[in-house]
Amino acid sequence: MEVNMSRKIEMYKAIAEGISQVMENDDKVFIMGEDIGLYGGIFGATTGLLSKFGSERVKDTPISESAFIGSAVGAASKGFRPIVELMFVDFFGVAMDQIYNHIAKIHYMSNGNLKMPITILTAIGGNYSDAAQHSQNLYSLFSHTPGLKIVVPSNSYDAKGLVISSIEDDNPVIFFFHKGLMGLNWMTLIEESIQEVPESKYTIPLGKANIVKKGEDITFISISRMVYECLNAAKELDIEGISAEVIDLRTLVPLDTDTILNSVRKTGRVIIVDEDYQNFSMSSEIVALISENLGLSLKTNPKRIAYPNTPVPYSKVLEKFLLPNKEKIKQTAKNLIGG
Amino acid sequence: MNELNNEKLIELYEIMLKIRKYEERIGEIYYEEKKPFDIAKGPIPGELHLSSGQESSAAGLCIHLKKEDAVIGTHRAHNFAIAKGVDLKRMTAEIFGKSTGLSNGKGGHMHLFDPSVNFSCSGIVGASFPQALGVGIASKFENKDYIAIAVGGDGAANQGTFAESLNLAALWSLPVIFLIENNGWAISVAKNKSTAGNICDRAKAYGIPAECIDGENVIDVYKSSKTAIDRARRGFGPTVLEIKVSRLRGHFEGDPQIYRSQEDFDIAKSKDPVLKFESYLLKNNILNHQQMQAIAEKVDSIINEAIEFARKSDYPSPNEALENVFYGG
Ligand SMILES: Cc1ncc(C[n+]2csc(CCOP(=O)(O)OP(=O)(O)O)c2C)c(N)n1
Repeated sequence: MEVNMSRKIEMYKAIAEGISQVMENDDKVFIMGEDIGLYGGIFGATTGLLSKFGSERVKDTPISESAFIGSAVGAASKGFRPIVELMFVDFFGVAMDQIYNHIAKIHYMSNGNLKMPITILTAIGGNYSDAAQHSQNLYSLFSHTPGLKIVVPSNSYDAKGLVISSIEDDNPVIFFFHKGLMGLNWMTLIEESIQEVPESKYTIPLGKANIVKKGEDITFISISRMVYECLNAAKELDIEGISAEVIDLRTLVPLDTDTILNSVRKTGRVIIVDEDYQNFSMSSEIVALISENLGLSLKTNPKRIAYPNTPVPYSKVLEKFLLPNKEKIKQTAKNLIGG
Repeated sequence: MNELNNEKLIELYEIMLKIRKYEERIGEIYYEEKKPFDIAKGPIPGELHLSSGQESSAAGLCIHLKKEDAVIGTHRAHNFAIAKGVDLKRMTAEIFGKSTGLSNGKGGHMHLFDPSVNFSCSGIVGASFPQALGVGIASKFENKDYIAIAVGGDGAANQGTFAESLNLAALWSLPVIFLIENNGWAISVAKNKSTAGNICDRAKAYGIPAECIDGENVIDVYKSSKTAIDRARRGFGPTVLEIKVSRLRGHFEGDPQIYRSQEDFDIAKSKDPVLKFESYLLKNNILNHQQMQAIAEKVDSIINEAIEFARKSDYPSPNEALENVFYGG
């Protein structure tokens, strides 16, 4: 096999490639969803799969999420490993019973006698004026129920390794890809999300965070698109003599508590940056984890910069005001260190 | 009331033309500042679903409605919004995300709410059906004769909400019309690849009268809607109207439509309800070219005014984003 060391590809291609490689190896894997065939998924995550595997294993579905996501349960019970795409996470409502009460809980309710190796792919994120029903993140909502693993990659290298791990995991996994990180030519691009991706099949374990930048004075904990806001803030703070460590959690369930606690133990200061709603969320959970374990040894109170508990507005000016960004992170960091 | 006289026909034409011309303009403005195409840029950011080719379903039905009747639309709802009489200036300002918009820029193109004429819509496919039931329940409680129209695409008819709502509407004999705009597509998936049987047969299974109408001809839509609406008003319960329409543009603007053959597109164009109606009006001497031109000019000036209003309006102030999460807070 030819080794192309400098092959950089977009996240949507990396995900499709990962799925494809698992499907080549395992004929129990198949995929269903709206517009995932010829169209390759609205966000490209299934590009090329139809022509490679045919319409038996790559099924375009009607707009019947409850039916096709629920059908994954029956297929899993027969030893298959279904992948289903929920086009936007915002549409979860119409299929939530199947996800929350069945896919997540059947392994437990059957006392381990049934397994549900189901992967749900879904798109998250706003910042392009798609308003309240097409811009949410909602990974916290799914992290709340026991039994679901939650994966939220920030770049193409991680996405491929994580999607393969997700499909090969014997538990249900929800794989959230941020539209703004997919590398689509019709969205504002985040160049750094396009990374070198090995052509061969590889995995990244679920539950392993990535320290994307080392630092000493403060820890920024984040996931998905917000990792880049943190990194950009950290770069500018470096110039001002503040050294920030940036952690990309990559998965929320399981959560890499060691990496979080080790970093915050070292820096004594932490900001959690989250594009999902703030209340009862990823950011709440991490603050709780840190408080319970490190409590009084912190130099300052933990801080959160998350999406306020507000539906996502349509108008650009309104949406930008609510989104966490580099400036908010920098300012908060300076306040914590100054005060 | 509502005799299909010449006056009525001209009114129908004017509504249809207004929808068509409005969307052509909005479609142009959408691409401003978007080169190379970036969905977030320009005066109209985000997704844009235009209803070109679907003017007859909205005009032919809504012309019978009263203000109190509710229309609950889809993600592709400009046609119904205009036909229901939503203020065009405020609607346009909303689509531009401006403070003078229907919702101060919070809703946008897919989430237009105008309670003054009982219009709403949303971006979730199949969401309109159950909501319409509630309007029907309210109408019965109040002993009034207002009704509700739930609009859905052919794709939406595959959502569970459709089946659930048909059952409830029939069971409780609710004054609801389920209007299925069948344009043959749900994004890239053709109806025959996603939909078993006939949509109207689904209605019949619940004992609901249903009619499949060719939207090429707005007069057919007008007549069938009238029957359905009369039935609902008089307390005889729901109807399903499936209207075959054409999707003359992509699913959303920027859609490469790689999945669609030229032939399919040509067929759609040959069924253009606005052009068909124009020839009908000319042939039957209901309007001449000159009169048509005058109507076009009138419509253009209304549209220009709305667009200018939207362009000149201010954006909301950013911290207004935090308002209205809760009533009173
Ligand atoms: C619950 C839900 N699932 C999926 C979508 C994504 N989506 C938006 S429009 C659409 C196609 C709708 O087809 P149809 O109902 O026929 O209406 P059309 O777009 O053809 O007017 C889909 C799948 C959505 N908005 N909501």
